[in-house]
Amino acid sequence: MAPFEDIWVYLSASPLLSLTVTLLAYQAGYWVYRKGNLNPLLNPVVLAVLVLVGLLLSTGTEYRTYFDGAQFVHFLLGPATVALAVPLYNQFRHVRQATGPLLASILVGSLAASVSAVAIAWAFGAAETTLISLAPKSVTTPIAMGISERLGGLPSLTAVLVILTGVIGAMLGPPLLNLMRIRDWRARGLAIGVASHGIGTARAMQVNEVAGAFAGLAMGLNALATAILLPLLWRWLV
Amino acid sequence: MLGFMTLLLCCQLVGELIVLASGLPLPGPVLGMVILFVGLLARGGVPDDLQALAGGLLRHLSLLFVPAGVGVMLHLALIADEWLAITLSLVLSTALTVAVTAGVMVCLQRVSGAGSSEQDP
Repeated sequence: MAPFEDIWVYLSASPLLSLTVTLLAYQAGYWVYRKGNLNPLLNPVVLAVLVLVGLLLSTGTEYRTYFDGAQFVHFLLGPATVALAVPLYNQFRHVRQATGPLLASILVGSLAASVSAVAIAWAFGAAETTLISLAPKSVTTPIAMGISERLGGLPSLTAVLVILTGVIGAMLGPPLLNLMRIRDWRARGLAIGVASHGIGTARAMQVNEVAGAFAGLAMGLNALATAILLPLLWRWLV
Repeated sequence: MLGFMTLLLCCQLVGELIVLASGLPLPGPVLGMVILFVGLLARGGVPDDLQALAGGLLRHLSLLFVPAGVGVMLHLALIADEWLAITLSLVLSTALTVAVTAGVMVCLQRVSGAGSSEQDP
């Protein structure tokens, strides 16, 4: 018995195990997602998180121990956020024609996303920490976590809420837009991008290139608008 | 490639420094994104290697959310307590956001007549 315990003690003290398990869980999730015809219900992030939480709980490992290793993956969110400038620039040329309506609808959508999320949760008695963590739920994860942290929310709770929002938007968005008889690909992409960030954008990209480009642009501008407006709005409210 | 990875980190670092020094209510990497975007506008194009690096990082963007997502295990009790408020808020607010954004875009395009038909399906 002793040798196994020695090995376990060694492995749980190094980042190698957490990193490897994170990559394995994500790739397993991605494999299931592809096998399931990219069904948004089988989101690879959700699957990987479920597997990892199950593993940590069943081995009695603390989140902090896991994160000591997995932080190397987490760290890349910073440079990846900076890299979002590249698709933003690529799509910037598509936009010239409809700049005014585009900026106005992203701004209104951004406010609607935060205000309605907070108002509904407040009406059903959620605590203040939950409300703050919910407010940036439509913004792409790295930025949403930054906003949540600055306002006094729980960044890790925000990360989960953001991912769930993405999955919900990718599922509900297209049928809702059909119901509203909105056929313009630009408006459809924009709406999905504002409401459900990267997960919605990935979905829009599969359906139509124009919708995908506008979704990506909406995701970037919504992140920027929310990062600037939400702290101001919050300071004014509290 | 190494040069452009350094460029991304520099943009982020400058962004973080400006946020720390000025107390702006923005996450540092967002400001880094703005700095890089302005740089690309000034340059008038994206270098091929930067395009490839950004593509590589963003293709697996969702992997980077996993470590933070696992943090949900710290909040299981909170979510169990408030699951109804959280579920209703996520579903209703997301549907409202889709409807409002698309609605405003379609109405304003109609009013301004901004390039309405040539790109339509």
